[in-house]
Amino acid sequence: MTTAHSAAGTGPGQPADRLRAEQVSLGYAAADVITELSLRIPDDRFTVIVGPNACGKSTLLRALARLLPARGGSILLDGKDIHSLPAKQVARVLGLLPQTSTAPEGIRVRELVARGRYPYQRLWSSWTDADEAAVAEAMAATEITELADRLVEELSGGQRQRVWIALVLAQQTPLVLLDEPTTFLDVGHQYALLNLCRDLQRRHGRTVVAVLHDLNQACRYADHLVVMDAGRIVAEGAPATVITPELVERTFELPCRVVPDPVTGSPMVVPELK
Amino acid sequence: MTVLPKPLAPHQPSSRSAHVRTRLVVTVLLVLAALVAIYLLGSGDVQVSPGNAIRAVFGAGDPADVLAVQQWRLPRVLSALLVGAMLGVAGAIFQSLTRNPLGSPDIIGFNTGAYTGALVVLLVTGSSAPLGVTAGALLGGLGTAVAVYLLAYRQGVQGFRLIIVGIALSAMLTAANSWLILKAELPQAIGAAQWGAGSLNDATWGSTLGVCVAAAVLLAPCLWATRPLRQLELGDDLAAALGLRVEPARRALLVLGVLLTAVSAASYGPIAFVALAAPQLARRLTSASGAGLGAAAAMGALVLLASDGLAQRLVTGGTLPAGVVTVCVGGLYLVWLLFREARRT
Ligand SMILES: Nc1ncnc2c1ncn2[C@@H]1O[C@H](COP(=O)(O)OP(=O)(O)O)[C@@H](O)[C@H]1O
Ligand SMILES: [Mg+2]
Repeated sequence: MTTAHSAAGTGPGQPADRLRAEQVSLGYAAADVITELSLRIPDDRFTVIVGPNACGKSTLLRALARLLPARGGSILLDGKDIHSLPAKQVARVLGLLPQTSTAPEGIRVRELVARGRYPYQRLWSSWTDADEAAVAEAMAATEITELADRLVEELSGGQRQRVWIALVLAQQTPLVLLDEPTTFLDVGHQYALLNLCRDLQRRHGRTVVAVLHDLNQACRYADHLVVMDAGRIVAEGAPATVITPELVERTFELPCRVVPDPVTGSPMVVPELK
Repeated sequence: MTVLPKPLAPHQPSSRSAHVRTRLVVTVLLVLAALVAIYLLGSGDVQVSPGNAIRAVFGAGDPADVLAVQQWRLPRVLSALLVGAMLGVAGAIFQSLTRNPLGSPDIIGFNTGAYTGALVVLLVTGSSAPLGVTAGALLGGLGTAVAVYLLAYRQGVQGFRLIIVGIALSAMLTAANSWLILKAELPQAIGAAQWGAGSLNDATWGSTLGVCVAAAVLLAPCLWATRPLRQLELGDDLAAALGLRVEPARRALLVLGVLLTAVSAASYGPIAFVALAAPQLARRLTSASGAGLGAAAAMGALVLLASDGLAQRLVTGGTLPAGVVTVCVGGLYLVWLLFREARRT
């Protein structure tokens, strides 16, 4: 498949994309969810995955993060089958924020963020200055430094979500996968979080992948947009080339017009009246 | 990769402060346990002053004191401390794995199973040799644990199902235990019931050495266990994404917790509620989240030692099992816990 990112990441002589799915099939006990899906996550880009509920976005993300074994095909990290690599080694390269997480009862913000340092800790090692610095940086980047000593269960949904993101940032991985990070956030914090993702990618050179629900946010922020439906990728590439009224109607059963976003010029989906 | 901007306030209380508090609590608990131990070593039919009691532990001083302290009281005190610590750790492991303060081994049937095993040996074979009873209890406890695990297993074991299955199995085993006791001759039934309450009355150097070895073997891996346990509290997906091998870690922790429980029950009977209450009490003191295994161990040791001391003094003649006192302490705690949960929801 020729896509927009190939110019940026995988030209001749350039290193291949670090994270790839090749002909991967995924599923749970009885049901296959995804069959023979191939995807390259372009390096140093912000990739957004969209698709209707239950189409397999979380399943794909979990497999990309080594949480789900492939039924066929493979997930490659730096060219190696991800399941052949030690778990902690993968966790120093790739971080995932699952769609739902529950904090242990009685935990404070700083302590929760500090758990993101697990991949760097050995049996006998104690807490290092590097750990401390990583936690402080992650909390500063997500603007939760003031909340450090608060109980997580006493935070608002939006504050809590930023704590979870900070945990993943404290992991200091070049690849960051976020499953619906904007859910539970008010619209202001949604954009703050998307700006944070873009900063991570632009200023700190991280590869970011996020599942989002809002197509307009996806179009505005994504360098690379992946549209999924029923376990398959139905389109991918730069948002301007991917998002068409036909695609949105087919995938989301939403008749709409696509107009240029008055602020950024990226495609904007405006639903038709029913 | 460039570095994120430096935090503005570098000298805030760090993540270490939580550890400082935990260490402080553990130290205080251990000092308290030591004081109670010294008091218990010195008091009884032969009164020994605290200073002399400490000297007698090392074999110095009046031979009568040495006999009373070293031979009669030290095994019991050591056993209480070590079994209490093992129960505290076992409780912390299970509560953390099930993410539920009720998920302790005495609630989910392992103690009841150990009792069944001991009863079968005591009443059916008619032997009351300590070794046979210990083996029976060990097999009963381990067998119950395996049964609970298999019945609760569905693509890995999930905490809540473990508790429900455990409670159900525990109820069935309790019925079986009652039936076994009702069928027995009276003297044997009394002995069996005594064992079932969990008592340190029979602590000797023989049994205590066994407990020492078991504690050394089983408590050492707990140094490893704390971190995986904490990560598991984040949920399987996040724990795995952070590099923990979830199922192997959980299985290892389950085995560790089951062995700690089974060895404790096999040594002195199923002493109830220490595993339930100690980790929670420790957690409230450290105001930490989740399982502090060290704090749970120290609290367990203190609770069991104090309960046993109380049991010896409440009824003269020293026949009141320590387990009766721990049931009262733990029962009160449980009522308070349920009351608090009920009010919160
Ligand atoms: N743990 C699981 N066990 C069984 N089926 C699951 C599990 N998780 C997800 N599924 C199923 O897989 C399909 C895809 O789910 P998911 O990847 O979570 O979708 P999305 O994230 O796109 O909403 C759904 O039909 C869902 O019911
Ligand atoms: Mg999902």
